[in-house]
Amino acid sequence: MKILYFAWLRERVGTGEEDVTLPDGVETVADLTAWLRTRSPGHEAAFSAGRLVRAAVNQDFAAPDARVANGDEVAFFPPVTGG
Amino acid sequence: MADIRVQAHDFDIGAETAKLSAARTDIGGIASFVGLVRGTASGRPILSMTLEHYPGMTERAMVAIGLEATRRFDLQGCTLIHRVGTLQPGEAIVLVLAAAPHRQSALDGCAFLIDWLKTSAPFWKKEQFQDGSEAWVDARETDDVAISKWTNPGA
Repeated sequence: MKILYFAWLRERVGTGEEDVTLPDGVETVADLTAWLRTRSPGHEAAFSAGRLVRAAVNQDFAAPDARVANGDEVAFFPPVTGG
Repeated sequence: MADIRVQAHDFDIGAETAKLSAARTDIGGIASFVGLVRGTASGRPILSMTLEHYPGMTERAMVAIGLEATRRFDLQGCTLIHRVGTLQPGEAIVLVLAAAPHRQSALDGCAFLIDWLKTSAPFWKKEQFQDGSEAWVDARETDDVAISKWTNPGA
């Protein structure tokens, strides 16, 4: 699975993109977030910031209960601030 | 028909307006919005602003926003250009053009497009201050309020 990070999440994780293989039991965006947090202090800092993190699965906004599977592209980012 | 672009370089509103109406006589009006980089953030002067996007998803979101505006307001065409990279105060960030047979749908379509763009297209701004510090811009609650008027017609 391809994981992408943007804005301050990218800075805290320390990379904009990584490839991961999902362990058993990781079936939703929320599961994935909980698992990613354990990967490094940077991941922990990114996801435990107490700030809102949004996700997209295959380039569509996704809720925490959205399903994920190996082969998906999942992105994490702060609320958008364009315009 | 939505003309969607994400680019580092500046745009020319005159050329874009001419392009939107080229070889057509059915358009009654084109409403426009140009977003600029303000020189201060929360009262502090900024040196520059850097915009990041999600290549692929950003363009898809902009196409979807253009189609939705076209459907809702019977637009005859629209243009959405959003710049990325590092910009200085006073520079243009975003251009929205909405063409319609009559002024109200052009104006409403343009307002809808910029409200929607601010809340649902994946762009992020970071501001660089004169003291050397920098900070990501937080999403504004007022932008969510602005978008809610389009999703709750009775509100």
